[in-house]
Order: sequence, then C-alpha cells, then structure tokens
Amino acid sequence: MDILILLLALFVLSLFLGVELITKVPPTLHTPLMSGTNAVSGITLVGALLAAGNDGSPMMVNILGFIAVTLATINVVGGYLVTNRMLAMFKRK
Amino acid sequence: MNENIVSFVYLIAGVLFTLGIKGLTKPKTAVRGNMLSALGMLIAVVVTLVNMNTIDYTFIVAGFAVGSIIGSIMALRIQMTSMPQMVALLNGFGGGASLTIALAEYYTKLGVTPASFAELLNPVVVDGSAFGAGPEGTVALVAIGLTVLIGALTLTGSLVAFAKLQELMKNSYGLPGGPVGNALFLTVALVAVALVVVEPGNVAAMVAVVALALLLGLFLVMPIGGADMPVVIALLNSYSGIAAALAGFILGNTVLIIAGSLVGTSGLILTRIMCVAMNRSLANVLFGKMAAGGESIDADEVYAGKVTSAQPDEVAMLLETAQRVVIVPGYGMAMAQAQHAVRELADAMEAKGVEVEYGIHPVAGRMPGHMNVLLAEAEVPYDNLVEMDRINPTFEDTDVVIVIGANDVTNPMARDVEGSPIYGMPILNVDKAKTVVVIKRSLSPGFAGLPNPLFAMDHTLMVYGDGKKAVVEMTTALNQA
Repeated sequence: MDILILLLALFVLSLFLGVELITKVPPTLHTPLMSGTNAVSGITLVGALLAAGNDGSPMMVNILGFIAVTLATINVVGGYLVTNRMLAMFKRK
Repeated sequence: MNENIVSFVYLIAGVLFTLGIKGLTKPKTAVRGNMLSALGMLIAVVVTLVNMNTIDYTFIVAGFAVGSIIGSIMALRIQMTSMPQMVALLNGFGGGASLTIALAEYYTKLGVTPASFAELLNPVVVDGSAFGAGPEGTVALVAIGLTVLIGALTLTGSLVAFAKLQELMKNSYGLPGGPVGNALFLTVALVAVALVVVEPGNVAAMVAVVALALLLGLFLVMPIGGADMPVVIALLNSYSGIAAALAGFILGNTVLIIAGSLVGTSGLILTRIMCVAMNRSLANVLFGKMAAGGESIDADEVYAGKVTSAQPDEVAMLLETAQRVVIVPGYGMAMAQAQHAVRELADAMEAKGVEVEYGIHPVAGRMPGHMNVLLAEAEVPYDNLVEMDRINPTFEDTDVVIVIGANDVTNPMARDVEGSPIYGMPILNVDKAKTVVVIKRSLSPGFAGLPNPLFAMDHTLMVYGDGKKAVVEMTTALNQA
C-alpha cells in the first residue's frame, strides 16, 4: 500500500506541474506542443518492452507486446521528428 | 541491475520530459527542449532493456523496426496543412499502445492464455492474489480495466477523427438517443470493468470492455463536425496521456505516471482553451449540435443588394496606400494551400512601407495553433502572428483587413446579436477596420450555418474565387503599381 500512495502522490504532483508548465506555452506553439506530447506519451514503450521481450511469457502476451512496441515506437519516432521539423521552421527567423 | 538505479534513471527521464515542455514556452528554446525530451525517452528505453532479466529480442526488434519506419515516413512526408490528421493518428496509436499493454499484463497475471477465440470467452479460475494482495490487487485490476477502456476508445475515436479530417468520412452518424445512448454505453462498459475487478477470471467481461470501448470511441466522435475537431483532437490527446499514466499504475512504473500526467494535463488545458474560444461547454461540443437558433436568419435578407464585390487589382490599389494591414487566416487558407502566397503578398506590402500583422483566432483551422504552423512554414516571423486579445484593440487603427478563408470567427453577430446561436463567442473585431476585404469562394455560410453580416457591410469588399489565386493576383498588381 505504501508504494501505491507514493505513486498517487507522484501522479497528483505531476498533474499540478503539468498545469503550471502548459499554461505558459504560447498559442503559436500549440501544434508542436500536441505533437511533442504525442512523442512523450510514447513512454508507454517502456511498458511495451516488458510485455514483448519477456522470455517465457506466453506467445499471445509477446504478440500483444509487439503491437504495443510498434505503436509506441511510431509515437516516439514520428512525434519527435515531426515536432523537430515544425520547431525548426519557427526558429528560422 | 539494482531497482533503485532504474528508478533513479526514470526520474532523470521525467525531469528531461519536464524540461522539454518548459522549452516549448519560447520559440527560441523549443528545439532544444524537444531534443532534451527525446534524450529522456532514449535513456528510459535503454535502462528498461538493460534491466530486463530474460529477454527475447525477436518481437522487440521487429516492433522497433516497423514502428521506426512508419513513424519516420509519416513525420517527414506529412504536409503542414495535414498536421491535424497526423496528431489524430498519433493520439490513436498512443491509446492503442496503452490498450495492448494492459491486455498483455492482464493475461500475464492470469497465467493462462486462450488458444482459440472460443476459449477467449471461457472463464478462468485464478488465484485470488494473482494481481496483488488485498487493496493492491484491486487497484491493479481497476487500473487495467480503465486503461483498456480509455485506450480502446482513444484508438477508435482518433481513427474516426483522422477519417473526418482527411475527408474520408463526410457524414455524421451517432448512436440513437445521442448523449443518452452514449451514456448508457459508457455505463455498461463501466459495469463490465467492475465485473473484471470483482471476478478477475471472467475473461468474457474483459472482452466485453474492449468491444464496448472500441464502439464507444466510434460513436463519440462520429457525430462531431469539422470545425469542432480542434476540441476533439485536444481531448483525445489528453486521453492518450491519461491512458499512459494509468498503465503506469498497472506496472508500478514512475516514469509512465509522470509523462502520462503531463500529456493528460496538456490535452485538457488545450481542450479548455478551445472551448472558451468558442464560448461553448465541452458537453455542448461533444453532444450538442450548434443551437438551431431561435428565429432562423434568412441569408437573402442579410445580403440582398448590400454586398459589394471587388477585383484583386482594385484591392491592390487600396493596399498600396494603406499604412497598416491585418491578415486574418482561417481553415480556407489551409485548404487552398495559400500560406506561401499570403507571405508573398505581405512581403510586397512591406516593401511599400505597409505595416503587416496577422490576427489569429484560437480556433482558426482544425487544431490548436494550426494557422501558426502554416505561416511559420511560409517563413512568416512568429512575432507578426498576433493572438486575438492583443490584435483586437488595434483594428480601429487598421486601414485594411484581409480575411482569407475565415468566416464564423469574424461574424459580428457573435458580439452584437443576443439570441444568435454564436452569441458570446469571442471574435476578431475585423469590422472595426476602415476597410475589410474578404476572400471567399461564395457567400456560403461557415460551420455555424449562419449568414455573416460582415459581408454586407458598407466598408466590406468581397473578392470571390480561389484564395491562392486571388492573393497571387493582388501581389502581382501591387508589384506593378
């Protein structure tokens, strides 16, 4: 139960941190913000790796993990690349 | 590897994600922020791989390869006008990843996996503490159920949003009963989640959660129309983050919780900004139609005999003598791919000593910040992109406003006509300028389905035709003058 309370504390504080940070992002950068957070939500890759690569798990779990790794990798690679492409355009001037 | 070291590295990754978003608060620091965020992702993935005990790389490498190829092709090929579609797809994939992780975790803990579809529905006898002892087990099961629910509806909802933005799906379909039907659906899905929590071996209930949530995603987004898409995309963005944070609770993984909550709040804040900019509640966007309007306003009555049209070269003469011009872009500019032409017109005006700025309404386009990205692509300096609250007081000192592909966000009825369906929505007060030039194909109404009295005002000139062509002709005429 102790761990659970700690995780919950982390969750709640992260929500407050998110509000403080995001409200300071100017409207001009709202589209890169969305694609950038798409990339960050690709952090599920960490959980996906555990499911896909655990030797000894049933095949079905590994396959579900494979799908998860693929989808999360698209988010990470696609999200960071496209965000970088957009932000470079804002930087030009 | 020591679990403490792993947790510490996850903490560093979380800090890097935070710094990454902090970088996005200024255009100058944004690129570096994005790199820091990517670095955080890299170390989180590496430490996870190093920490895994028995590891089979087959599926991991395959997933990395397929995902990287699809991701890079999407990111490098996508046109800036189509960014809403790209973000919609990424939202969906994020939801899909959380969904599959939760299912994988469910079957791992269950200890049995079905060999056939028929077996998929058979109840399984499970050890009471398979998901953790006491309250911990309950929390794990609730987290699994909710992750599956939110992940699945984000997946299908986003795919529908993509299809609508790509104009693959033109019509709107919804559950009979509208919001009531959706609420019933959601209730049944939640009951199924509760069944799984009470009786983890009830695999049929879990399958029902997946199926119901997939359908709910379809039904929630299908009835929503084009101009409301910014809200839907922002909301689905938030859901994908919440699903990731919930997956963090399933796995007891700190970095998933940190990253997921940051994404979740980001999407929620953007959703709120969009709703405020339309003066509508979230419930109204999701479930309501635009109010049909007490008395229907007859377009002919508004426009009859009062609309003045002009040719691009006449407008060019106006622009030549102007001191200050404001350009107001809308989704029509994106449709016409006219952003580069608009920039060239602005260059031509600036060469003649005209002060040019851009007035950006928060809901212009199909996603938050859509217009800004398009104009940045056309190399418009971001200092010239002025948000609604700052540009509005300047219209009185503006000689010419050029409205290109925007309609409802300039409709003075929102400000002046109490009882109008859009009354109260903040608008760009373009009618306060000395002359308003509206570039538009016809007098057809915008998304709200209302006539726009702006078009019939004495100081408004309508330039009919393709946005890009009209702007190019203005530029040519201006350069020859």
